[in-house]
Amino acid sequence: MASNNSIKKTLIVAFSLCVICSVVVSSAAVVLKPRQVQNQELDRKSNILQVTQLYKPGDDVEEKYAELITPRVVNLETGEYSESLDPQTFDQFDAAKDPATSRTLSGDDDIAGIGRQENFSTVYLVGDPENPDQIVLPIRGQGLWGLMEGFLSVRGDGNTIVGLSYYDQSETPGLGGEVDNPRWKAKWDGKKIYENGDYQDPQIQLVKGGASGEYEVDALSGASLTSRGVTNMLRFWLSDEGYAPYLARFHDDSQGGA
Amino acid sequence: MANDSVKDVVLSPVFKNNPIALQVLGICSALAVTNSMSVSLVMGLAVIAVTAFSSMFVSLIRNHIPSSIRIIVQMTIIASLVIVVDQVLRAYAYDMSKQLSVFVGLIITNCIVMGRAEAYAMQNGPVMSFLDGVGNGLGYAVILLVVGFIRELLGSGSVFGLTILPTVQNGGWYVPNGLMLLPPSAFFVIGLLIWGLRTLNPDQIEKTEYRIVANSKAKIKETANV
Repeated sequence: MASNNSIKKTLIVAFSLCVICSVVVSSAAVVLKPRQVQNQELDRKSNILQVTQLYKPGDDVEEKYAELITPRVVNLETGEYSESLDPQTFDQFDAAKDPATSRTLSGDDDIAGIGRQENFSTVYLVGDPENPDQIVLPIRGQGLWGLMEGFLSVRGDGNTIVGLSYYDQSETPGLGGEVDNPRWKAKWDGKKIYENGDYQDPQIQLVKGGASGEYEVDALSGASLTSRGVTNMLRFWLSDEGYAPYLARFHDDSQGGA
Repeated sequence: MANDSVKDVVLSPVFKNNPIALQVLGICSALAVTNSMSVSLVMGLAVIAVTAFSSMFVSLIRNHIPSSIRIIVQMTIIASLVIVVDQVLRAYAYDMSKQLSVFVGLIITNCIVMGRAEAYAMQNGPVMSFLDGVGNGLGYAVILLVVGFIRELLGSGSVFGLTILPTVQNGGWYVPNGLMLLPPSAFFVIGLLIWGLRTLNPDQIEKTEYRIVANSKAKIKETANV
């Protein structure tokens, strides 16, 4: 056993162990990578489908997504679709980190608490892309404990909410964490965002002690700060800073048609 | 120690010599991942796999490990296995790995894994070491499942996601205990479990190492410090 402790033996054991372990680790990572990427994609797609309320348990996510959803990239400032950016490859979270493709929000502008906002955002159109049944908008903002990321789905009029769901949040379980509760999420269906076509000022909000009317949703009990975060995040993303210029186009379209 | 029987090696850590309840190891992850049964189950399986295979590999090369770097060798083996387990979970149980998040990675720091490698696998053959790892992992998993059962039942009114007690939020009658959903509740549950186990098995109670007596030297020390 004494020879085990010689410098030569120590180096040999250390070196060969490192080589073997690194081969094992890297081959596991490489072999499993495609499945992991596929899982992430599937997770994102099923989140989008769930907020549209068109997905039923047991449906094939890939099939349903391909059938229903068309992603498009929107210029948040003008509300126009971007021709140059490919929705399959554009990643708005990467864009939000890059100073060239995003802007800094400061102070009173940044009610959602996100710091930087991308100039372009992906939206997901349900049904006919020219005249969509629903529009799924990615939103995010600070809750009580951290960033909450989710999707808001609105009907083709750009004003009526279908659903709101968060795919990533770290709110207190049982209180703020109830944003995931299907019973609470069901309250969003049919609520309106803008009053009288006033796209400067989204009216939708969470209120304590019994919501009334179509611009109010019950706040989460025992979770004032999470509820405030949700209101602020909606106010931000549905204002001029966010999707208002884009959603306003649907308003104009529908009036032109009528 | 070649006379250990297979049954003893696998079962004694589950009941008699439980790593959490008796040795009080691996508490941190037991607090974090026990708010639902299904998460506890996957975490338990991950720890069983890591403990068993790391003990086996350490045991296989135990006659070649220089004692000066043995801890690092053990850590390298454990860390590699944990990364593999994490990657497998991400590929085949994506939802679960999202809920477990960093805690799979933190199996590396779970004292049970390294404790078994150092205490058992360095002296015993690969097969027995593997079984010892399985046994200790099982002991960990059993406690995790018991804690997970209590926390999920009282905190969310369900077991494995199936509703047992319909909660007020969902139109039922049960007002869930919010504390049970937060990590600190596992302290209370594990504490009560350890109390219960030691009442049943009085030989698990440690001998008192010291006893607090009235402070007689304080005055002398005070004056000495001045």
